[in-house]
Amino acid sequence: MTQMQSPLTADIALAASPRRVPRIDVSNVTSRSLSLLAEHRENASPSDDAETETAVRVRGFSSWYGDFQALHDITVDIPQRQVTALIGPSGCGKSTFLRWVNRMNDLVPSARASGTLDLHGMDVLAGTIDVVDLRRRVGMVFQKPNPFPKSIYDNVAFGPRLHLKIRKPVLDDLVERSLRRAALWDEVKDRLKDSALGLSGGQQQRLCIARAIAAGPEVLLMDEPCSALDPKSTARIEELIAELRDRYTIMIVTHNMQQAARVSDLTAFFFEGWLVESGSTEQIFTKPRNSQTEEYVSGRFG
Amino acid sequence: MTIPAGSAPRGKLQRALKNHAFRWFCTLCAAVSVVVLAILLGSLLLQGWRHLDLEFIRNAPSRKPEKAGLGPAMWGSIWICAACALTALPIGAATAIFLEEYKPASPFIRKLHGFLQLNISNLAGVPSIVYGIIGLTAFVQMFGLVGNLNEPGFTVGTPDDWYYLQLPFGRGVLAGGLTLMLVILPIVIVSSQEALRAVPNSLREGALACGATKWQMVWRMTLPAAVPGIMTGAILAMSRAIGEAAPILVIAGIVFIRFTPQHLMDEFTAMPLQIYDWAGRPQDEFHRVAATGILVLLAVLLTFNASAVLIRQRFQKPLQ
Repeated sequence: MTQMQSPLTADIALAASPRRVPRIDVSNVTSRSLSLLAEHRENASPSDDAETETAVRVRGFSSWYGDFQALHDITVDIPQRQVTALIGPSGCGKSTFLRWVNRMNDLVPSARASGTLDLHGMDVLAGTIDVVDLRRRVGMVFQKPNPFPKSIYDNVAFGPRLHLKIRKPVLDDLVERSLRRAALWDEVKDRLKDSALGLSGGQQQRLCIARAIAAGPEVLLMDEPCSALDPKSTARIEELIAELRDRYTIMIVTHNMQQAARVSDLTAFFFEGWLVESGSTEQIFTKPRNSQTEEYVSGRFG
Repeated sequence: MTIPAGSAPRGKLQRALKNHAFRWFCTLCAAVSVVVLAILLGSLLLQGWRHLDLEFIRNAPSRKPEKAGLGPAMWGSIWICAACALTALPIGAATAIFLEEYKPASPFIRKLHGFLQLNISNLAGVPSIVYGIIGLTAFVQMFGLVGNLNEPGFTVGTPDDWYYLQLPFGRGVLAGGLTLMLVILPIVIVSSQEALRAVPNSLREGALACGATKWQMVWRMTLPAAVPGIMTGAILAMSRAIGEAAPILVIAGIVFIRFTPQHLMDEFTAMPLQIYDWAGRPQDEFHRVAATGILVLLAVLLTFNASAVLIRQRFQKPLQ
């Protein structure tokens, strides 16, 4: 059990500096999720080259809301520990796509999908997978900051408390580490017990990122995380994304072309439910192969 | 945008007048209810203050107005309202959670869901005397399925024990409390549903996205956020329960009770019944005693509500 390095346990091991807490009791983690995680790790780690490793593999993926087909035959690889931007005009299906990766679309009764969408070899669309476990591995940050009406501390501790029986000092460390990673620690360290709703919009969004990180995900989904923020807060979030890309696979939906160009390594351009073009951000923005892509990134439509 | 020719401008004075007039109209309407309440309380105090002392709360009812007290009725009311609140709140909140958070996906079950919803809304409008009769058959006699009142089919302990239980319940505190529960359950359910609906979906999504199960989402996120609203509904419902006379009349009847209830099967009387009894007597002095009774009723009601307000505030704090 102990050599299984799920990102969650790795996270906690980091959070609890070895000097203070010698060993984390992994038996607290449900053995089922651990074994699942271990399995995926094994499947996913034949190559040591993190640059090219695929985190989310999508093949012939289509999705519907009732009779309306929202996505057509999407095939794309989302590489591990890089930032992939999903761009395209409103209603093109990029948010739908994002919400399938952690199965948030399960909340929509009429939503269904076909094709392959797998996360490190785990079939995300299978009816048999544990969506709770999936969502712990795939964190999400929403368009509008949605801090819980609890204290700042309780917001960050929400995810870990759901999954782990965790001792207070370990949790304290995990909260601090998550807040530090989300570049929020210095601003809130003296008022962890205060309501999260008292934070500014930008701080709230960073808190939501900290909350997502605290659950120990591999992938972070961001659904227009800056659209409700002012330029200064946006800049901070972008800096944060740049810092987080070393640890997490990030998929970000954005309407802001400059933002996509600034923060992402890869870009996928969606249009009316089709994936028109995907490739390195540099290529998409400088030498797009498709004329539609060119028109969109140069601001001529959309 | 062109303004059609020939439309004369509205008079400035007229608009300002209307603006003010409407404001005063609203103020007046608001004042009416306050004034009526003030007159009511004033006249009650005027009539009732003379009998208002500890003796009044301690004493049992008496033929002599100066010795008459509300003790057994007050405790009876407190017992049945406690039984009512302790059953109606969990059942009501759980029903509301089922209706709001567990919306079924399949069309057929969705129809059943809608049917249930419709019926609960309808039940809120059923006169309380009807619930009294349901309570009489369902709780007091239990449809005659388990013995009758004189020979209960099932007992735990003896009538001297504090934990005495019998089936059927008989005309006891528990039957009264459960009947009141029926009266207020639709109100509690509907208001709890409103409270749950007011919880933004972004919180639910946030919790689920953190990997919460539905149960964790409801228990740690939706329910705490809805508690203030649920408590507001509970206050309204309890105010109704404590003042209900009709269903209690069917269950308990007008009986002369000298003692406070000792166990859940003990017979009881309630404040509205006692007040009704006093108010119906010919002697003027008893009318004043009735006024004192109403004052005590209001005081008990306020105490109940204060505890609900306290709970509400505890949960509201993090929201501010």
